[in-house]
Amino acid sequence: MSEVKETPREAIESGVPDHLQYMHPMLKRNLGKWAWHERPRHGVLRHVTKDGEDVFTVRAGTQRQMDVYTIRKLCDIADEYGDGHVRFTTRSNIEFIVEDQAKVDPLIEELQANGFPVGGTGASVSMISHTQGWLHCDIPGTDASGVVKSMMDMLHEEFVNENMPNRVRITTSCCQINCGGQGDIAINVQYTKPPKINHDLVANVCERPAVVARCPVAAIRPAIVDGKPSLEVDEKKCVCCGACYPPCPPMQINGKESTKIAIWVGGKHSNARSKPTFHKLAVANLPNNPPHWPEVADVVKKIITAYKEDAQHWERMGEWIERIGWNRFFDLTGLAFTKHHLDTWTGARKTLNMSAHVRF
Amino acid sequence: MKDGETADKKVAEGQHPTPMLDELEGGNWPSFVTGLKRLRDSKGERYAPMMNDLLGQLEHSYEEQMGFWKGGTLSVFGYGGGIIPRFSEVADQYPESKEFHTLRVMPPPGFHYTTEVLRKMCDIWERHGSGLIAFHGQSGDIMFQGCTSEATQAAFDELNELGFDLGGAGPALRTAMSCVGQARCEQSCYDEGKAHRRVINKFLDEMHRPALPYKFKFKFSGCGNDCVNAIHRADFAVIGTWRDDIKIDQEKVKEHVANVGRKYTIDTVVNMCPTRAISLNDDDTLEIDNKSCVRCMHCINVMTKALSPGDDRGASILIGGKRALKVGDMMGIMIKPFIKLETEEDWEELEDFAEACIEFFADNALEHERIGETIDRVGLPAFLEAVGVEADPNMVNHPRTSCYVRTDDFDEEAAKWFERKALDAGMTVASE
Repeated sequence: MSEVKETPREAIESGVPDHLQYMHPMLKRNLGKWAWHERPRHGVLRHVTKDGEDVFTVRAGTQRQMDVYTIRKLCDIADEYGDGHVRFTTRSNIEFIVEDQAKVDPLIEELQANGFPVGGTGASVSMISHTQGWLHCDIPGTDASGVVKSMMDMLHEEFVNENMPNRVRITTSCCQINCGGQGDIAINVQYTKPPKINHDLVANVCERPAVVARCPVAAIRPAIVDGKPSLEVDEKKCVCCGACYPPCPPMQINGKESTKIAIWVGGKHSNARSKPTFHKLAVANLPNNPPHWPEVADVVKKIITAYKEDAQHWERMGEWIERIGWNRFFDLTGLAFTKHHLDTWTGARKTLNMSAHVRF
Repeated sequence: MKDGETADKKVAEGQHPTPMLDELEGGNWPSFVTGLKRLRDSKGERYAPMMNDLLGQLEHSYEEQMGFWKGGTLSVFGYGGGIIPRFSEVADQYPESKEFHTLRVMPPPGFHYTTEVLRKMCDIWERHGSGLIAFHGQSGDIMFQGCTSEATQAAFDELNELGFDLGGAGPALRTAMSCVGQARCEQSCYDEGKAHRRVINKFLDEMHRPALPYKFKFKFSGCGNDCVNAIHRADFAVIGTWRDDIKIDQEKVKEHVANVGRKYTIDTVVNMCPTRAISLNDDDTLEIDNKSCVRCMHCINVMTKALSPGDDRGASILIGGKRALKVGDMMGIMIKPFIKLETEEDWEELEDFAEACIEFFADNALEHERIGETIDRVGLPAFLEAVGVEADPNMVNHPRTSCYVRTDDFDEEAAKWFERKALDAGMTVASE
């Protein structure tokens, strides 16, 4: 534990730093003066101001979890080609701002030579949103970095090209809390067994009423087990979500046998065309199989291939499925539709087909 | 899986073999494993043994398919949040990484950096941490991962002197994100960076000394494309929009049609308009029914040169987005269809509304309840009354379908509606 110093330093509560001091001077000079943009090649954006000035952005993929050597290498590249400025995207891609068009191709070559794929623009598969997993999370069912690395190795060609009907946003989450968020494809842990309770520890580690309150299906109740105050789970009610695990680590939800992967499709953040949507279950019970998660990769590949071949330009995954219908989605991807695809949660009725509209 | 030890990868004296992780060094995507190994192999650096044991523990996780970290309590002087403590459960096997805490640090709006400041961050993190930094976490934080309990204060002090501050953790205001916005996007409808800084910096006390029922997140997107995923992920989403007509450059429309063809334009622009508000004229110009347009951004995304948001720009505010715990995922719902964000008064109104929402949340949410859940529990009308917002048709997909409601004051409510309409009409005329 840290020693208490006699005169501890008072924090400067400076909050969110001023971004203008770090912004590329060309962008700073043209704040709010942009007129239009285009993509001259994959991985490159060209933005033009109302005064006709232009600037190029070169986007490259990173591993997000970066060692200082990687960051310094990216800085060296930015010093040489990007006037000493960079920015990151929401999906952990790095962007170099280039005023001199002649530097664009050499920058791309330099990035590629150092192993940074250039792409992620337009109708591509961009970097996968990335949680913490085994590297740093206290409640993970799987790894994040490894899943992302495996999938992006497979999808590299789709990152560096723009061959998709529209952009594809993939997410990963290492537990059912779903920190990775909604995606066209979501690769999420799905637990399959109720928690295994270490009754020796519950009373000392867990605030029992808080744990009881945390359960979304009221399956947990206080109990005396072997003479000790503990908790018990009604395993018939339990939906194996793991909500009790963070406030009560002795209720172990993750395990070699019980942690599986589910894949969801059709989530969308943007308001373009259709309203934002949540992703929907495509398949569950895939093995949690490091270091490459081949069964997961296989399903992701099938879904991406079906979407790429069948969707119309500008249709996102969910909009494509909306058009062709779920029958055809399951046919085209070779996945099974089961009773587990029928929603049973609050509001489930609104997910059911209350009409005579059917597809054959 | 111990076979890997005898495989062609040579393991140096004292190094943990990592046969499974080694497999993640191939492929075309940058490898985090290679990065971790670079840190492990940094001769003379104090963090090298820590990263050796970290790799050992991570390999152990890959073998056992389990995580081995537990949380705890740790903060810096004067703050109650912002550090994610991690203590190893297998420290007897991997003692050097027994403490591997993360400092969550708030990024600048739009994630802009100079290489100078990034290099300084690297230097600080080599002096006090592991050399492993994530740009960025899902809440937007720069995550300085891998610090001992003892080094945490010194690491924070140096980052703080550099001009950076800790972000949120626990039941508190959380770190916010904003899109690139005005800095490099013609679709930006307000100053996202200013909104981000004004709102978060006004409520820092709620971030640094956690006292809310649960987390509260802001996100700022400059248009409906919502590049920072605000509607899904933020309790308080600010999304740029505009009130007047979409701007059309008809010559550029004609060029677009000439380039891609009439059928393709109809298929990808006209037919994809969600409210059938666009038609293509016989002379290859566009006609837009702006009263029916919902500002979804699709046609503007497709025809970046020909179409752009109108001039009367501002933002919508949606409240209540969150992830799965515990009632299931929720999206924000439209609460303020339009606010201007230009004058000092506008900015103060945004801050005041944010304050009203945080106060409502602090006063009414149950422990571990997000504001969206609170609104569901008390009903939207009660929330609107608490934060001083009138009901608006933009808040609904359609009016209620259930007759179970008491309506004996309907006439008074209707009178308020007509009064507001008259006032709005009068104010519009006055401002013109």
